[in-house]
Amino acid sequence: MTVFAAQAGGRRRGGRRLLPDLTGWGFVLPATLVIVGLSLFPAAWALLLSLRDGDLLTGGDYVGLRNYSDMLADTELAAAAGHTAVYTVLFVPGSVVLGLALALALNLKIRLIGFYRTCFFVPYVVSAAATGILANFVFDPDFGIVNAGLKAVGLPAMGFLQDPDQAMLTLVLISIWGGVGMPAVVYLAALQDIPRELVEAARVDGGVGRHVLRHVVLPQLRPATVFLLIWQTITALQLFDLVYTTTKGQPLDSTTTIVFYLYRQAFQLFHSGYGTAIAYVLFLVTLAISGAVLWRSAR
Amino acid sequence: MKPKLKGRHLAHLILMPAALLFVAPLAWMVLTAFMPDSDINTYPPKLWPEHFTMAGFTRIFTEDDYPLWLANTVIVAVAAVAGHVVLCSLAGYGFARIGFRGRGLTFGALMATIMVPTQVLMIPTFLLFKNMGLIDTLGAAIVPWLASAFGVFLMRQFFLSLPKELEEAATIDGCSRLGVFFRVVLPLARPALATLVVFTLLGAWNDLLWPLIAISSEDSYTLQLGLATFSGARHTEWSALMAGNVVAVLPLVAAFVLAQRHFVATMSFSGLKG
Repeated sequence: MTVFAAQAGGRRRGGRRLLPDLTGWGFVLPATLVIVGLSLFPAAWALLLSLRDGDLLTGGDYVGLRNYSDMLADTELAAAAGHTAVYTVLFVPGSVVLGLALALALNLKIRLIGFYRTCFFVPYVVSAAATGILANFVFDPDFGIVNAGLKAVGLPAMGFLQDPDQAMLTLVLISIWGGVGMPAVVYLAALQDIPRELVEAARVDGGVGRHVLRHVVLPQLRPATVFLLIWQTITALQLFDLVYTTTKGQPLDSTTTIVFYLYRQAFQLFHSGYGTAIAYVLFLVTLAISGAVLWRSAR
Repeated sequence: MKPKLKGRHLAHLILMPAALLFVAPLAWMVLTAFMPDSDINTYPPKLWPEHFTMAGFTRIFTEDDYPLWLANTVIVAVAAVAGHVVLCSLAGYGFARIGFRGRGLTFGALMATIMVPTQVLMIPTFLLFKNMGLIDTLGAAIVPWLASAFGVFLMRQFFLSLPKELEEAATIDGCSRLGVFFRVVLPLARPALATLVVFTLLGAWNDLLWPLIAISSEDSYTLQLGLATFSGARHTEWSALMAGNVVAVLPLVAAFVLAQRHFVATMSFSGLKG
């Protein structure tokens, strides 16, 4: 409405400078209000909350940096950070390398290629809640199909999500199953953008497949790789949904991740100030890792 | 010719079992949804139902609040998609085509929010919504999905890639900015909108953490929240659990298959692949 009014009125008054300003703001204001109101404003507020000992009901008192210093002595948080690090170190390279391999295969011009692409991407749209139910069913130590399969080929049954030593590894496996479609699609798009002449020229010059891949294709995929490393790292550091729908941090807290711990602190124990401080530190770690990846890739 | 043929067979030899391995859990999920619990609770588990039954589906739609949760999720998803399509494409166009004061700064500020993770935002947003009386209502699940910085970015990149001449011609013909936007630009934006719709649908439909925090009464549960709770309550009633899963996953699979051909193209103009 304001846009129409501004256009009609503006032209008559000859307000040449005002018109584009009002039109432009008319277009961007609604989305800007939503995003600023629900991102920038809460982000600033969170910083203030992290300096208080609030409990979600009352604001609490100003405690300075105590929430942050408390984190240093919190052994449960350290354990959660360790679990998250293990998950990240396995999930990020695992999903990116497998995604690249899939994209290279899915870029072939062969029959059934559309079917293959769909197969690898479909798990990506399955929610964590649905994946959780399915995982509990498939990996059930007593009745699950995976153990039935292991038994059929003469291997011992395993505990999977109920074994403290295997639970995190099982979650990595499930995450790669559900998440590899994303890197595969990004790499596929990047592959299709490589000028065909480049690959053909390398072939004509006598390049063998392996060498063409390493010296021609991979360098061209570098921006996609940088993007994916950052994206998947952020995703991994924020792991929560799958933990909530499968193990709830168990067995023996072996799958308690940073965000799961944060959720418990803020919304079950009502330590909202402490929870916000953890969130902010996680944010800073994410920024630092992203920055490091970008810096390394720029050299 | 010979080595090429060999390569193709090799590709199928690797891709076929790998692809089947990826869909097998989902295929089995669908089959289990049609099995009676007596077929499921045996060892070793049955791969193919001996007796097909709709009992699982009947149970979730009659004995539980599942239909309510499904309706709630449909409402949230429709609002999210509508909000994104209208607000993000308007803003994307404004940032791409209209030179106004404060454009660079505003766009930069919006893009900076992409870096801020949900975890930082959820506690203040919870407090904000509590003050507004939104907590424990469906509104709490809807409002954060009305627009996103990613959506604005996606649409802006697409509009930048369109040739300006079409819009200029329409403007000369006496079309207003908004007229140009709705009659000329938006119809051309279909591939970008398809991607925006699917990603928004995916996010809003599958969201778990935020509804878990913002909604506690079962009347306002979303499907994901219901599934996550349901799996604890109906621990061994696998046919009902799998039926619930099938109904929850199906719309997204359908949306993805329909929009699939747009994805790779959209990745190109958004600059993601570099």
